[in-house]
Amino acid sequence: MNSQDPQVVSRRPGFLTRDALEKLFIVLSQLGYQILGPVVRDGAIQFDTLSAADQLPRGVSNDQQPGHYRLEQGENQRQFDWNHGPQGLKPVCFSPREVLWAEQSNPPVFNPVPPNIEPTAVVGVRACDLAALAIQDRHFLSGSDPDPHYRQRRESLLLIGVDCARSAATCFCASTGDGPALDGGYDIGMAELDEGFLIWRESDKGRTVIDQLDLLPASDAQLETMLQSTTQASLAQQRNLPDCDELLLLYKRLEHAHWDNVAERCLSCGNCTAVCPTCFCYEASHEMSLDGETAQMVRQWDSCFSATHSSMGQYQVRPTVKQRYRQWLTHKLAGWQSQQGRIGCTGCGRCIAWCPVGIDLTAETVAVLEEGSLDV
Amino acid sequence: MFDPHVPHVAVIDQRVQESPTIFTLRLQYEDTRVQDAFEFDPGQFNMVTLFGIGEIAISIVNDPLDSHFFDHTIRVVGRVSEGMSKLQPGDHVGIRGPFGRGWPMEQIKGRDILLITGGLGCAPLVSVIRYLMRRRDDYGRISILQGVKHADDLIWKEQYSVWSAEKDVRVLLAADVATQSWQGQQGMVTELIAQLPLRPQRTVALLCGPELMMLAAVANLREKGVQDGDIWFSMERNMQCGIGQCGHCQIGPKTVCQDGPVFCYDELADFFGAKGF
Ligand code: SF4
Ligand code: SF4
Repeated sequence: MNSQDPQVVSRRPGFLTRDALEKLFIVLSQLGYQILGPVVRDGAIQFDTLSAADQLPRGVSNDQQPGHYRLEQGENQRQFDWNHGPQGLKPVCFSPREVLWAEQSNPPVFNPVPPNIEPTAVVGVRACDLAALAIQDRHFLSGSDPDPHYRQRRESLLLIGVDCARSAATCFCASTGDGPALDGGYDIGMAELDEGFLIWRESDKGRTVIDQLDLLPASDAQLETMLQSTTQASLAQQRNLPDCDELLLLYKRLEHAHWDNVAERCLSCGNCTAVCPTCFCYEASHEMSLDGETAQMVRQWDSCFSATHSSMGQYQVRPTVKQRYRQWLTHKLAGWQSQQGRIGCTGCGRCIAWCPVGIDLTAETVAVLEEGSLDV
Repeated sequence: MFDPHVPHVAVIDQRVQESPTIFTLRLQYEDTRVQDAFEFDPGQFNMVTLFGIGEIAISIVNDPLDSHFFDHTIRVVGRVSEGMSKLQPGDHVGIRGPFGRGWPMEQIKGRDILLITGGLGCAPLVSVIRYLMRRRDDYGRISILQGVKHADDLIWKEQYSVWSAEKDVRVLLAADVATQSWQGQQGMVTELIAQLPLRPQRTVALLCGPELMMLAAVANLREKGVQDGDIWFSMERNMQCGIGQCGHCQIGPKTVCQDGPVFCYDELADFFGAKGF
């Protein structure tokens, strides 16, 4: 039974009443962390700075469908009953816009502009986003030239994860192996119950916080509920991706007729890449001051759906929507496998919910992989 | 912490106008420690910053043994290169690099080398030719096929005649539009391949230029019996970071700035010539 379950054994959680969640916030503040957590803003769950636990949403859940995201206010007291909003950890580590360096023409000099970073605790991180963070870590930090801006932000984080006790209709993390239960990559883990939280430390950084919380022992029934919730959330998922070997065949279907079909619907707006927690493209451009004496290099998120992304000056490598969507999907699901040893999708379903026309990558992938259409 | 995004200042030592739109800058890092540590392979590139305007990827064209300077041959194609064309000795630029993987010069020692270039963008191969000439005994026969659109576009004319006078070196030129004084052939550079007494098993082909030209050349070479693993080419894509991060230069699962810009045909066969990659 539960107390012997490997997940329970490795977690060894204690119990925190809902009222005592405030204590977590107090301890985090005392340890010098600014706290980022979920708030309801513009009709969506967004991460923002918080000072107290009562600023967390209560009884808020979400309905997510292709091209559709709506929050719903329920009667229950749960504070993590939503899945995720348009952004997770990506903007926290990989800034949507930042200055990389500043230059001066006379005398000529280039100076790094390091970001101004405070230790930050993020409350309410989901398994799919932790998996995406690990992917971004590999992208920005594992090569021969690690990114100092990303690194500074990343190292400032204390990550407090929460199991997903329910799935949105767009979620498919079970099929990519990235959720709904937390599985590494965080410092403190939580599972929400009706009466409060099971909470455990996953890293030494997390231990400092947990040791100050005066946890109660978790009951067998609570442990059982924790395990059941994520199992049920997983079983409730309606979408999935084919397995990795099959996804590699996308590169063998570059001329499949279905790419044209998607291109007829896709607006090339780039929403999918902006909300995707693993998409990493950026453009870097010079901005000159008005006096012409100084300038700075600014980097901003880019998208493979933008007209400039593949620009070679006189021409674009990917002028058509079909080529851009194909680039996005084949890179995400096939190219990433040889670049990082796994697909670049963690099953969060954001690109499905936030696509204005409801394009569903799981469905498009299956259509392109359909038999009888192999390129010759 | 080392920041790979931040350039070092380099000063222009010499400037040579090669043709109305092509010029060469000879550069030196201002910081001698940076200059001393600077090592590169033929075919690698630097990211060159024009103050306040922008940064572009340019291949390094001098010999790797030149340790006190490095050369960039630049063609005016856009705002940044146009601005750079106005720079004079004593002016400064920013340099990050070298980046990417260059030509497999060690691996192809002892082989016959066939160099095919088209258009104006032949700088990456000129560095190889100079490299080969300095180490003539390390390589077999050398054939240089150079194509240009218009006969007047050919730069480094004198050098081609010097090279062709060397033992076991053959230089064939082709211009789509020939002039009266043109001594080469009229037509496409790829048509020259048929005229070569090629020893396909011994030959390594190095290609650089417009992709359509290279695509045609690959077809001709394979027909002649040159192995896929012996065909190499230099690719160009939108490059903004040079360190495999910004995502623009991907061709399938490869990045041009890190896995390339020089690729073996084997490595890119699925994507070379596929529109949109
Ligand atoms: S798939 Fe959807 S979100 Fe992505 S670019 Fe096309 S229309 Fe926009
Ligand atoms: S591709 Fe879509 S479902 Fe996958 S991680 Fe990105 S946004 Fe989420």
